[in-house]
Amino acid sequence: MMVAKSENAVATSSAHTSGASAPGDRSGHELHAKELKQQQRREQWSLLSLALPGALIVFFVIVIPVSWLFFLSFLGSDGEPTLQHYRKMIEYKSYARTFSTTFQVSLFTTLICIAIGYPLAYFLAQLPARWAGIFMLAVLLPFWTSLLVRTYAWLVLLQRKGILNDFAMQIGLWDSPVKLVHNMTGTLIGMAHIMLPFLVLPLYSAMRKIERDLMHAASNLGASPARAFWHIYMPLSISGMVAGSLIVFILCLGFYVTPAVLGGGKVIMVSTQITAILENQFNWGAASALGVVLLIATLLLLFVAARVFKFDAALFGKG
Amino acid sequence: MDTSVSAYNENTHVESDQALPITISGLTKRYGSLYALNSVDLEIRSGEFLTLLGPSGSGKTTLLMAIAGFNRPDSGSIRFGDSEMILMPPHQRNVGMVFQSYALFPHMSVAQNIAFPLKLRGVKAAERLSRVNEALETVQLSGLGDRTIDQLSGGQRQRVALARAFVFRPRILLMDEPLSALDKKLRERMQIELKQLHRQLGVTTVYVTHDQREALTMSDRIAVINDGLLMQVDTPEIIYNQPVNAFVADFIGESAMLPLTHTTNGILEFGGQEIVQTPVSGTDRTWSMVIRPERLEIADKQAVPNESLIVFDGVVRESVFQGESAFVLLELSDGTELSLRAGGGTDSRAQRLQPGEQIKISMQRHDVIVIPAGQE
Repeated sequence: MMVAKSENAVATSSAHTSGASAPGDRSGHELHAKELKQQQRREQWSLLSLALPGALIVFFVIVIPVSWLFFLSFLGSDGEPTLQHYRKMIEYKSYARTFSTTFQVSLFTTLICIAIGYPLAYFLAQLPARWAGIFMLAVLLPFWTSLLVRTYAWLVLLQRKGILNDFAMQIGLWDSPVKLVHNMTGTLIGMAHIMLPFLVLPLYSAMRKIERDLMHAASNLGASPARAFWHIYMPLSISGMVAGSLIVFILCLGFYVTPAVLGGGKVIMVSTQITAILENQFNWGAASALGVVLLIATLLLLFVAARVFKFDAALFGKG
Repeated sequence: MDTSVSAYNENTHVESDQALPITISGLTKRYGSLYALNSVDLEIRSGEFLTLLGPSGSGKTTLLMAIAGFNRPDSGSIRFGDSEMILMPPHQRNVGMVFQSYALFPHMSVAQNIAFPLKLRGVKAAERLSRVNEALETVQLSGLGDRTIDQLSGGQRQRVALARAFVFRPRILLMDEPLSALDKKLRERMQIELKQLHRQLGVTTVYVTHDQREALTMSDRIAVINDGLLMQVDTPEIIYNQPVNAFVADFIGESAMLPLTHTTNGILEFGGQEIVQTPVSGTDRTWSMVIRPERLEIADKQAVPNESLIVFDGVVRESVFQGESAFVLLELSDGTELSLRAGGGTDSRAQRLQPGEQIKISMQRHDVIVIPAGQE
């Protein structure tokens, strides 16, 4: 009796051990493993569904129209497939000039925005958060005014008998009215004003993230304010500056209203020319081709800039 | 990962020509009507490890920042050796500093961080490299020079910050709660390492902490500071054993305060028991007695006060096992709460006490600390 009993005990325990050590057997028996997995999958799907409205809008409002334009750009006015729109762009000098103007305006606007926006963002970043909020309102205020209104306001300010010329002549800055509008100068002034917040916002947020201790440390280690700025602050804020500059530059490339009003027909940007083609010739193919080239040029530029500045991290928040 | 704190080579101890004394006098800094520093006078000796100890808002960090040059006092003088520093911008003060946040430059590698002060001083590349490696070796991070900062653990960052602060051989080293972000075990190990590093470098070190234990562990001298005023500046032993006022007694170590009463014959007593001769200076003021939990003992039931022993009667309120020791909360007959700490051995009498039990506790008469009653 005793022997049998102990044998039994041994058998039970060994079965237990072998059961535990064979992983193949276990998976099916793990408690609630399947349900837990399902639950996780459900959560992932519901998370994904949050992006669905946005994805649909992008698809119908951007992907399809852009594809359609791309398609149109290869159609002649007779409806036959052709490369004539692209060929024209190479043959006629005016197109090259338009592109060069577009990139020039965008580049100069970006540079002006950096020159004004960097010190401004630095100033804001040094303020206590509450005061920074108040000053930030001042930066954002123009956002709440119509673009057209702001552009025409500049026209009033800058024209021959405008406020600025009057004032400058009264205090003797110059003797006869200076041509400040209906040219490149006016365009750049107006564009820089409109674009400034787009540069200041990302730059400010990058600067806010720079710990004050880092500048203290630099100066403690022997760096004069200028060197501390150059070695520490500048490199740490550059990501915000690149991000802001790219936003400004890209927005400028497709800008229409301001150059049209303040340029007075002398600053022909790509968007201006697209409008002209559509209004005068009703040529969808040619207009589309211009749009496509601008899009590709922009993407190429982004690609090169990403390589040079390694800003993908800055733009997409990686690392 | 090696645990040898002895890796620091103690033979390289440099005498105090590598260090500068700091003389602070009349240093005052106000925020509105609040004094962060109230006419502070402090002499920090050449080569010593001095800790500024105080609760948050006491002014200890303000004082350190004033020494570093990061805040502008309202008045006063800060001298390094014979040179007045009060108007000197921080980058010309040539003091090393370890920040609470470490303040390592995130866009530079470990080696670039450490090389930064050398680069600013125009040290040639070859020498820079050897000094960076030397510093890395000193803080036991050899071979990690190429790492980026975010690849380091908290303890490693701490060491990099340390290496960067001494690599340019400053004669004064400032540390602002450098260990507060580390876990307890690592912190305790770093305390010993910092102390050894200090001995090796021989540089005047001013260390800020709110952790009294850390201050006791590391310092040559402690300056206890509260409400912008220096309370007491002395060695850890004296600060602990002879606190000058209730604040210091309360802030450093655990303590209970018993109010004493004057008798007619110039003696202070508690609960009818004569404690100590009234100090000469203080017949017209009230005095308290500071009792440290570890100086109390559980006495025999028959114990009576005598020349060397003070005895109290008490009721046990709570008895707690805390690993290395046992902690007993008592109530004296007049309602005063006292705590007692006894060794945690398994035969410790303290561990067998039950709440409500009547016991006698005693302490040595020479352990009596008498201070003016109330906060200064």
